[in-house]
Amino acid sequence: MVSKLKVDSLNVFYDYCHVLKNVSLEVDANEILGIIGPANSGKTSFLKTLNRMNDFDHTFKMDGNIFLDNKNIFTNMQALALRKRIGMVFALPLSLPLSIFDNVAYGPRLHGQKNKTKLKEIVERGLKASYLWDEVKDRLDTPALNLSGGQQQRLCISRTLAVEPEVILYDEPCSGLDPISTAKVEEAMRQLRKNYTQILVTNNTKQSARVADRTAFFLMGELIEIGLTAKVFTQPDDKRTDDYISGRFG
Amino acid sequence: MGDPKKIQKLMFFLLLLATIIIIVPVVAIFAIILFHGLPALNWGFIFGMPREGMRAGGIFPTIIGTLYLTLGTMAFSLPLGVLAAIYLTEYAAENWLTRLIEISIINLAGIPSIVYGLFGLGLFVMFLNFGASILAGSLTLAIMTLPVIVTASREALITVPKSFREVSYSLGASRWQTVWGVVLPNAIPGILTGTILGLSRAAGETAPILFTVAAFYLPALPRSIFDQAMVLPYHIYVLSTQVPNVPAKIQYGTILVLVLFVFIMNISAAFLRAHFRKRKLW
Amino acid sequence: MTRMKNRFLEKIIEAAIFLSGIVAVLIVVLIFIFLFKESFSFFVKENMLAVLLGRNWYPISDPPQFGFLPLMMGSLFVTMGAIVIAVPFGLAAALYISEVAPAWLKDILKTGIELLAAIPSIVLGFIGIVVLAPLIKNFFHLGSGLTALAGSIMLAFMAMPTIVSIIEDAITSVPRSYKQGALALGATHWQTIRRVIIPAAFPGIIAAVMLGIGRVIGETMAVLMITGNAAIMPTTLLQPVRTLTATIAAEMGEVIRGSSHYYSLFGIGLILFIITFVINLIADLVLHRRRING
Repeated sequence: MVSKLKVDSLNVFYDYCHVLKNVSLEVDANEILGIIGPANSGKTSFLKTLNRMNDFDHTFKMDGNIFLDNKNIFTNMQALALRKRIGMVFALPLSLPLSIFDNVAYGPRLHGQKNKTKLKEIVERGLKASYLWDEVKDRLDTPALNLSGGQQQRLCISRTLAVEPEVILYDEPCSGLDPISTAKVEEAMRQLRKNYTQILVTNNTKQSARVADRTAFFLMGELIEIGLTAKVFTQPDDKRTDDYISGRFG
Repeated sequence: MGDPKKIQKLMFFLLLLATIIIIVPVVAIFAIILFHGLPALNWGFIFGMPREGMRAGGIFPTIIGTLYLTLGTMAFSLPLGVLAAIYLTEYAAENWLTRLIEISIINLAGIPSIVYGLFGLGLFVMFLNFGASILAGSLTLAIMTLPVIVTASREALITVPKSFREVSYSLGASRWQTVWGVVLPNAIPGILTGTILGLSRAAGETAPILFTVAAFYLPALPRSIFDQAMVLPYHIYVLSTQVPNVPAKIQYGTILVLVLFVFIMNISAAFLRAHFRKRKLW
Repeated sequence: MTRMKNRFLEKIIEAAIFLSGIVAVLIVVLIFIFLFKESFSFFVKENMLAVLLGRNWYPISDPPQFGFLPLMMGSLFVTMGAIVIAVPFGLAAALYISEVAPAWLKDILKTGIELLAAIPSIVLGFIGIVVLAPLIKNFFHLGSGLTALAGSIMLAFMAMPTIVSIIEDAITSVPRSYKQGALALGATHWQTIRRVIIPAAFPGIIAAVMLGIGRVIGETMAVLMITGNAAIMPTTLLQPVRTLTATIAAEMGEVIRGSSHYYSLFGIGLILFIITFVINLIADLVLHRRRING
């Protein structure tokens, strides 16, 4: 089987600060890859490199290669086209100060969708996929910022889905959420596995254990270990992974 | 003497005294203008034409002239200023060009208004052959207000959270789509406030319009942007130094109208700011 | 295909954004070129040194004399007078507003200063004629109150918003820990202000003085109306003077276009431009360095 995403000896620097050191890994289609590790271990930098959100950072430098469906994302693809295929859900639920409907329709409109009925369909499909539809269907034109944190985060997932990406990156999507909202977001992720490849960066190791098929452990910019979640959590190869998971540091 | 507590008391009293000496004349000026100007205000004064060598009648043409000039100024300086601010906040890298632009803006803000008048005369009136006209005057005032609008718009754009831009980019938006879709709509209140304040300064300026648009007296209202116009600030200059024996009532009335014109703009800017601050959701 | 069209449209918009971005630079250059072009032949014909050091400004005599010195001295007198008055008062007001005044009074005072900034200079000129000049006339028993002093006082007043707000910014950006440190050592509030806050805010005070000078030297209408407009070498503040700005404003309207007199006024404009350019550059350097260090 050909991997969806392939990262080949990736090094990332910010202002000569070496934040990712020679990271290589592959992500299969339709899997959820969990990425765990203590703060400042390079997890978020890794995500941002995957959809080239670092392009705007003047201090950002890198070498190595990343392939999406065997195409090099830096040399063989435009950043905008790449970001349409690799969507991102941020740590805080970043609703735009627009209505619920307009938040979800923002992406499709960017990409030229003007047909009202089509937009309605896309919005409904997106909200249903993140299990938000039933809670908001009667107030689509109210401000998104009135929603609760958990609802907003699922709205952000819907917004990402509306662009019809192939890969979804989550940057600590549940960091500010209560357990019930977290459970709903996690359930949405499990359901989305049918159609999407997902990469989940999380500070909460248990979350990776609950939803990820495979888990990768980052430490100080290095990929220490990657493997099936059950194995990484029960019989890690590296002592540092064991220490982190069992809470001895981090 | 020598007791620090006593010295402090004395010094604080002196500071207060200095502040009062600054503030009291401000209040007095407004009181004088209101006291002498209010009796002149009536419909005939505002909507009438000047009569008897401007010693009687109304000042309607000067109000219309100032209005045209303010709108003309806005038509040029608002788009230019906002686009320049967008360049500086959303596009410019930290390099020598950006620094050069910033220095230019700071220096534009410091150039004396009469020098703008000279420049407007040289470039718009003479070189481009617009003649003394509303067009030439508006362009001159637009250049003069540009630094204010750029600075205010920049501040408004910078306060839009970076995260909004990130969301937009993450959905595959281009830079311009991001500016248009999320940055600009959230910066509009700040931009408008700054623009109105800049225009209120322009509306009260005399020196830049002396040779570019202002007319001593015109029997009719201006009909096109290539016409000269009578303007409130210049009219005050005329009434107070060029025409003998103008009744004080007419002088103060004209001053009150200009002050009101400027203050209505200032107050609406303040109101706008307060209104949007209350509604702000992030 | 709409995608292609949108990309094309975007390129055009972004070109417009870039052009607008550099328009400020273009304008500054253009202003300089225009002033230079219009005055170059004048400075050559009349001998630059003779113009700058000439003590007689008789532009419409025969032969005309174009000495800038009385005008520059007029500007210098009025400006120095204004700064000498404005800086101590401005510093005192800024200190009072930011350090001493209770919160409710602070807002009122700040609004008062903002109101002052919003009054058009032509209005202040008029008030100067009808209120300030008679006061000066009676106080010093002069023939006319329209003097350099009247201009200085009015300009000090007009520069106040600039000076107060910049000094206030400088004071509020002094780290709180400095102040608390001094108070903790048993210094009184005033001692803290004098020994800690004023020294720490000093670059801001310098910037305020520079920008105040820039504001004052460029002011035109009020000065034109209340300084008496005599182009003579001033010796005291109680004489009428004519500033650089007032000369342009008063004479450009009646000058014969294309005459030496006409070009001499652009020469005055060029000098004003250079003076304010240098002053603003210095003020910006002072403020900018503070930002980097701070």
